[in-house]
Amino acid sequence: MEFLESILVTPFIEIWESPYYFIELVLVGLSTGVLYSLVALGFVLIFKASGMFNFAQGAMVLFSALTLVGLMEHGVPLWAALILTVATMVGLAFLVERFMLRHLVNQEGLILFMATIGLNFILEGTGQLMWGSDVKRLEIGIPDQPFDILGGKILLNTFDVTAAFIGALLVVSLAVFFQKTPMGRALRAVADDHQAALSVGIPLKTIWIAVWTIAGIVALVAGIVWGAKSGVQFSLSLIALKALPVLILGGFTSVPGAIVGGLIIGVGEKVAEGFWGPALGGAIENWFAYMLALAFLVFRPQGLFGEKIIERV
Amino acid sequence: MFYREAGQFKTTYQGDQAVFPVFQDKVAVILVILAAYAVPLVADEYWLQAIFIQFLVFALMAIGLNILMGYAGQVSLGTGAFAAVGAYACYKLTTNIEGMNVIVAILLSGGCAAAVGVVFGLPSLRIKGFYLAVATLAAQFFILWLFNKVGWFYNNNPSGTITAPPRELFGVLITGPSASPEARYIVCLTFLIAFAWFAKNLVRGRIGRNWMAIRDMDIAAEIIGIRPLQTKLLAFAISSFYCGVAGALMIFCWLGSAETEAFDLANVSFRVLFMIIIGGLGSIGGSIMGAAFIVLVPIFLTNFPPMVGLDISTALQKHLEEIIFGVMIVFFLIVEPEGFARLWQILREKLRKWPFPY
Repeated sequence: MEFLESILVTPFIEIWESPYYFIELVLVGLSTGVLYSLVALGFVLIFKASGMFNFAQGAMVLFSALTLVGLMEHGVPLWAALILTVATMVGLAFLVERFMLRHLVNQEGLILFMATIGLNFILEGTGQLMWGSDVKRLEIGIPDQPFDILGGKILLNTFDVTAAFIGALLVVSLAVFFQKTPMGRALRAVADDHQAALSVGIPLKTIWIAVWTIAGIVALVAGIVWGAKSGVQFSLSLIALKALPVLILGGFTSVPGAIVGGLIIGVGEKVAEGFWGPALGGAIENWFAYMLALAFLVFRPQGLFGEKIIERV
Repeated sequence: MFYREAGQFKTTYQGDQAVFPVFQDKVAVILVILAAYAVPLVADEYWLQAIFIQFLVFALMAIGLNILMGYAGQVSLGTGAFAAVGAYACYKLTTNIEGMNVIVAILLSGGCAAAVGVVFGLPSLRIKGFYLAVATLAAQFFILWLFNKVGWFYNNNPSGTITAPPRELFGVLITGPSASPEARYIVCLTFLIAFAWFAKNLVRGRIGRNWMAIRDMDIAAEIIGIRPLQTKLLAFAISSFYCGVAGALMIFCWLGSAETEAFDLANVSFRVLFMIIIGGLGSIGGSIMGAAFIVLVPIFLTNFPPMVGLDISTALQKHLEEIIFGVMIVFFLIVEPEGFARLWQILREKLRKWPFPY
C-alpha cells in the first residue's frame, strides 16, 4: 500500500509543490530528447531508403566522432578535419554499398538487420583500432554557459539551446529533401520495393550511396553534439539503444516522428527519474523509455507518425 | 553410393512419419549422440568447461529462440532476459526449498520463464516485425534492472551475484563449483538431446504447423481458423521455457556464479540471434550447428595468433577479433542467407547422387 502510494500519489504531489523543478526537468529532457532524435534520424533515413533497420547507426556515430577527434589530435584544424571526416563517411557509404548492400538486394529485412549488426562490430573495432579506446575531449567552440530564465528560477544551458537549434535545422532540411526533391522521391520508392524501383529505372546503387552518406553525416552531427557534451568514447555507440524506443514511438518511417518521439522519450525519462526514480530504486532510465514506447505501441502499432499498416491476404 | 533412400520401403504410416525416415540418417544421429557422450573420455577440463558446456547451453537457447523466430515468426531480442528469469528462479528454488531435486528445480524455473515470456509476448498480438523486436528489448532491460535492484532475487547477499549451490543427482555432484566438468557436461548434453527431440516433434505436429501458418501470413492463418492469441503465446511460452532452462543450466552447470551482466544484450540475446540466423531459421539441427559456430569462432580467434607465434597486445587483438567476427557475419549472410541448415540440405542432395553426376 505504502509502495503504491509512493508511486501513484507522492510524485504528483511533488510535481504540484515544486513546479519549477518540474519545468527544469522538462527542459533538460527536451534537450536530451533532441540528441536522441538526432540519432534516431539516421535510423529513419536508412529505413526509409532501403527498408533496412540499420543497427550500425550507433557505431557510425562513434566512428565519425572518433575520426574527427583523432584527426584533430594530430593537429588538423577543425574545418579540415570536418571535411576529411565527411569524406570518410562518403567512402564508408561506398564500401558498404560495394561489399554489402549490392549482394543483399531483395533479402528479407531480418537478414539485412543481422548484416548491419555485423557492420556494427566492424565499425566499432576499426574505429577503436585506429584511434584508441580512451575517452577524448572534443572542443569545437559551442559555448557552454548556464543562464537564467523566468527571473532566475530556472537554469538553462547555451549548449543545450545550440544543440536543439542544430537538430531543428537538420530536421527541416531533411524534410524538404525527402518531400520536394526528385532524389527524395526516388528514395521513398526504393524503400517500398527494391525490385520495383529498379525496374522503373531508379539507380539503386547511387541511391544507396547517397542515403548512407546522408546517414553518415547525420551520425557525424550527432557524434559532434554528444561528443562535445560527454566526451568521445565507446559508450557513444550505445546511444543507438536509446534511439530504438524513440524510433518505435515515432514510427520507423517518419522524420517528424523521430523528432517528436525523441522529445517525448527525453522528457518522460527525466521526469520519471526525477519523481518516480527514488520510489523505484533509481536507474530506471534504462528501461523506462522502452516501457513508455511499448505502452504507446499497444494503442498505435505503427508508432505515432508511422504509415498506417494495411494488411492484405 | 552409401547415402540414399532407394530400397527403403515404408510399410506403416508410423515408419513413413518417422523423424529420420532415412536409415542412414538414423544411424548417423545415433552415432553422433554416442560420440557426444564419449567426449568426456578424451577432452580435458578446459575443453569441457570453456567450449563444450558453453556450446550445449547456447544450443539449447538457440533452439528456444528458433521456435519463436524461425517457426512462429515473432522476432525477439529478449532471450537474455528469459534466460535470466530461469537462472534466478532456479537459484531461489534450490536455495529456499530444502531437498528439492535439482532437475525438478531447473524444469520449474523453465516454467517461471515461460510465464514471464507469455506476459511479454502479449504485445505481439498488436505489434509486428521490428516494432516487436524493439518492444521485446523492454523485457531485456526491465527484467535485468529488476534482478539488480530487488535484493530478494539474490537472497540479499552483499555481492549481488547468484552462486549455484552444490546439488547431487543419483549420488553424483552435478552443480556448483566443486562438481566435476564431466558430470556437468553429461547433464547439459542430456537436457539438450531431450529438448531437441521434443522440439523436433513439436514443430512437425499440429502446433508447429499452426506456428508456421502464423509466421507465413498471420491474417490468412486467422481466417483458416488458427487462433492467433493462443498460438503466439504458446510460442512465447515454449521458447521462454527453453531459454529459462538454458539460463538455469548456464549458472548451475557452466558459470557457477554470475551477475545480471552475464545475461545482457550483447552476451546472450545478440549471440543467440546470430546462432539461429547463421544456423538457419526454422531448423532445429541448424540451431545446434549455428551455436557450435558462434561459440567456436571467438575461441579460435583468441587462440589463433599465439598458436602461430604472433605476439599482439590484448587491446589490438580484441578489436581485430571484433572486426573479423563482423566480416564473417556479413560474408556468411551474403553467401548463404539461409544458413547451415541449407548447406546441409545441399550436401545431402549431393551425397544421394554421389558418385554419379545425375
